[in-house]
Amino acid sequence: MADVKLDAPKLKAKDFKSSQEVRWCPGCGDYAILAAVQSFLPELGLEREKIAFISGIGCSSRFPYYLNTYGLHSIHGRAPAIATGLAVSRPDLSVWVVTGDGDALSIGGNHLIHALRRNVNLKILLFNNRIYGLTKGQYSPTSGPGTLTKSSPMGSVDAPFNPLSLALGSEATFVARTLDSDRAHLQEVLRAAAEHEGSAFVEIYQNCPIFNDGAFEVLKNPETRDESIIRLQDGEPIRFGDKVVVQSGYGLQVKDAAEVDEADVVVHKADVDDPAYAFALSRLSGIALDHTPIGVFRNVKRPTYDTQVRTQVDEAAAGVDRTEALDRLLHSGDTWTVL
Amino acid sequence: MNTVRQLDRVVIRFAGDSGDGMQLTGDRFTAETAKLGNDLSTLPNYPAEIRAPAGTLPGVSSFQIHFADTDILTPGDQPEVLIAMNPAALKANLSDLKPGGTIVVNTDEFTKRNLTKVGYDANPLEDGSLDDYQVHAVALATLTIGALAEHEVSKKDAERSKNMFALGLVSWMYSRPTEATEEFLRGKFKAKPTIAEANIAALRAGWNYGDTTEAFAVRFEIPPAKLKSGTYRNITGNQALAWGITAAGVASGLPVFLGAYPITPASDILHELSKHKRFGVTTVQAEDEIAAVGAALGASWGGALGVTTSSGPGIALKSETISLAVSLELPLLVVDVQRAGPSTGLPTKTEQADLMMAMFGRHGEAPIAVLAPQSPSDCFDIMLHAARMALTYRTPVMVLSDGYIANGAEPWRLPELTDIPDISVEFATETNGVDKAGEPVFLPYLRDFDTLARPWAVPGTPGLQHRIGGIEKADKTGDISYDPENHDHMVRTRAAKIARIDVPDLEVDDPAGDADVLVLGWGSTWGPIGAAVRGLRDKGVSVARAHLRFLNPMPKNTAEVLARYDRVVVPEMNLGQLALLLRGNFPGTNVVGYNKVRGLPFTSNELQDAIEEVIKNG
Repeated sequence: MADVKLDAPKLKAKDFKSSQEVRWCPGCGDYAILAAVQSFLPELGLEREKIAFISGIGCSSRFPYYLNTYGLHSIHGRAPAIATGLAVSRPDLSVWVVTGDGDALSIGGNHLIHALRRNVNLKILLFNNRIYGLTKGQYSPTSGPGTLTKSSPMGSVDAPFNPLSLALGSEATFVARTLDSDRAHLQEVLRAAAEHEGSAFVEIYQNCPIFNDGAFEVLKNPETRDESIIRLQDGEPIRFGDKVVVQSGYGLQVKDAAEVDEADVVVHKADVDDPAYAFALSRLSGIALDHTPIGVFRNVKRPTYDTQVRTQVDEAAAGVDRTEALDRLLHSGDTWTVL
Repeated sequence: MNTVRQLDRVVIRFAGDSGDGMQLTGDRFTAETAKLGNDLSTLPNYPAEIRAPAGTLPGVSSFQIHFADTDILTPGDQPEVLIAMNPAALKANLSDLKPGGTIVVNTDEFTKRNLTKVGYDANPLEDGSLDDYQVHAVALATLTIGALAEHEVSKKDAERSKNMFALGLVSWMYSRPTEATEEFLRGKFKAKPTIAEANIAALRAGWNYGDTTEAFAVRFEIPPAKLKSGTYRNITGNQALAWGITAAGVASGLPVFLGAYPITPASDILHELSKHKRFGVTTVQAEDEIAAVGAALGASWGGALGVTTSSGPGIALKSETISLAVSLELPLLVVDVQRAGPSTGLPTKTEQADLMMAMFGRHGEAPIAVLAPQSPSDCFDIMLHAARMALTYRTPVMVLSDGYIANGAEPWRLPELTDIPDISVEFATETNGVDKAGEPVFLPYLRDFDTLARPWAVPGTPGLQHRIGGIEKADKTGDISYDPENHDHMVRTRAAKIARIDVPDLEVDDPAGDADVLVLGWGSTWGPIGAAVRGLRDKGVSVARAHLRFLNPMPKNTAEVLARYDRVVVPEMNLGQLALLLRGNFPGTNVVGYNKVRGLPFTSNELQDAIEEVIKNG
């Protein structure tokens, strides 16, 4: 969306609803995300036809059908690749990818990491419910060890990915995390992602009420959430409940605020050039979700792939009469004439 | 004074270690020969390893050229002249050489150690085993180093110019001009002018060596061929294919988007198109084959001419996305430069064994158009046809080239730009239906009456927002539909759309009109079949031939043509894939297969024998 002009037509959330009946299971976190996205999209200030949503396969990937934008429900794992082709050739569009933990991290892992390292102008929303929903409940690459499912009756022995660590290792320039149930925060993160030039990777913790209900309950329950969620605010010291985050060894550590000098509390800065900082943040929480940062971990500037590709083509093609150039190409090098 | 003798044709093979620059030497000799106006055909043959161990048999790289004063169809069955840069090159190629043929051999490499390396007990230059040939023993490296004594280059760099010495010598032997090669060398070594001058000096020294020593009593001239009037150039299949794609972009007015992943023998198409950004051609070297076709499809959705190029193993990986393109009904060009398989197989060798994959290698009922160029220059026309079909019918189109076509070269009579058809498309810009409430809506799967193509509304078009995907779509609206009748209708409609693609009729070459046997080929066997048929007719044997460039759908007159002949000989570099299609589609046709999978093109002699056998024993 390098050339996207924000000229603010007056659209409302309902303008982004398609005619299709939404068909997720009752109570699915995807409903909340859909509603949040529909009410956020008018903020882009774009006509609906300038927005394209591309998805892969999985429950989350039905998303494009429910938005009154251009939409492509593609094949398993390949949405970032297809979106790359669109983003490179159409700088006038705002291109969004909707994917899930199986789609993006298992079958489509290769496309995800390469889209991120190239820094293509794509907004990638990864709905992480830590389970395969559409295929009825097998463990996913973000399921914890020991997860009991139909395909792991004695417990999964797979070590899970930390999606944010993976994105950061892939040289992502924008990495964020949010929750399906926190609409205000979700929209705040979407806003930051939309404003970012380049690939924006947003992990959204999403509850699957059928196959993995309550996976993120600790972050939602009023009794536990305040001591579990770290709300990252740019330029602010990182503190939550009675805890703070400090440097420790090569990384970061959570400590009781009472034990720490105010000056030692880490001040969050998403634009730190060294990805090691954001990586350390991403390692504060694991499968257990204790001390889970949400918000924008990393937001740095780097030339985008699609813009650079287009610049080369535009420079080469400027002022060229293609028909004449074709004639010259055919006659280039050694030719001879037979009379 | 040397005698100059006129020849009508000759086949020369340059062979050496893969580090000896034989492909470059062959390319330059080809360019000189083309410039002189001979018709020609070439066959490069090189190992898959970039540098196999020096001096070994697996490391031998060769380049064969057949040129003549008449039009020719193949690179020649047997070389008459062999340039052997080392014992391995001699050993690997000698059995192909015509009895009594000429050998130019680099004696510097015929050391005991090198001879032992390839299993020679005695030096073949001395033990009389080459007595039946005309051997020119030349100390190529020594002479080159001597010739460059005054040049400021290292001995190693001087030695490396010996291929140019050899080229100079052979150019003298066959009266080829070398000026263009000198110009080429200056350009190639622009950054290293001393190396350029050393190579040029070696080239001239080779020429002068032929001219002044008495070792070469005879030199030859091959007068220009009498070709159809026009402007010609020499072109390889991959180059013609890339230019055809570029021309399709110009002819359609669409930006070209190539998604590709490097693979032998298709990578040169990516290289070539990467040079053509001035035509609005975008190339993306993707992370894998799947991403390459995915990006191309994404670009097609956005209104570009999406293209992906690969070889068999890569096409297998793209299969799921091609099926998606079938379902989405978007244009997509897929090029398969076939190589010998399965799996890695013989990656630098040719084969035609991906026809079944092109036809059926997808899940579900997923028919696509399939085309095959018959020669290097035909790749240009075939890509224009492929683009026309993809854009008109909104479908993936597979083009089956192969290693023989891709790397082989032939003179190409340049088309007039006015001969290139207009293949521009109209995107949908207006709604085309009404919903239940009578409101205007866009129906993405409302079809054109004639072509059955659906409207192509690219993202960004106001008011036509719609969603498409791999789930079965309801007729007209494109909404998700699980209705059994609708699925049956959509599957049949997609098939009917491909079946009605407009393709030119099959042309039959049957000059006597009394042939009982038709030889029917497809793809790169066109040249060898043509030469074989010509040979048979010269002997007075009546035989008809036809060649399928359009494999799906086949030309409408195919059934009628096949029905005219008692037997149909189908030579293929596979185990009978077209034969199977013919038996299935045209029952009653008496198909006789001739099949070989040696990684090498057919020779015209073997085809001539095989066809004659069928005619005699019929």
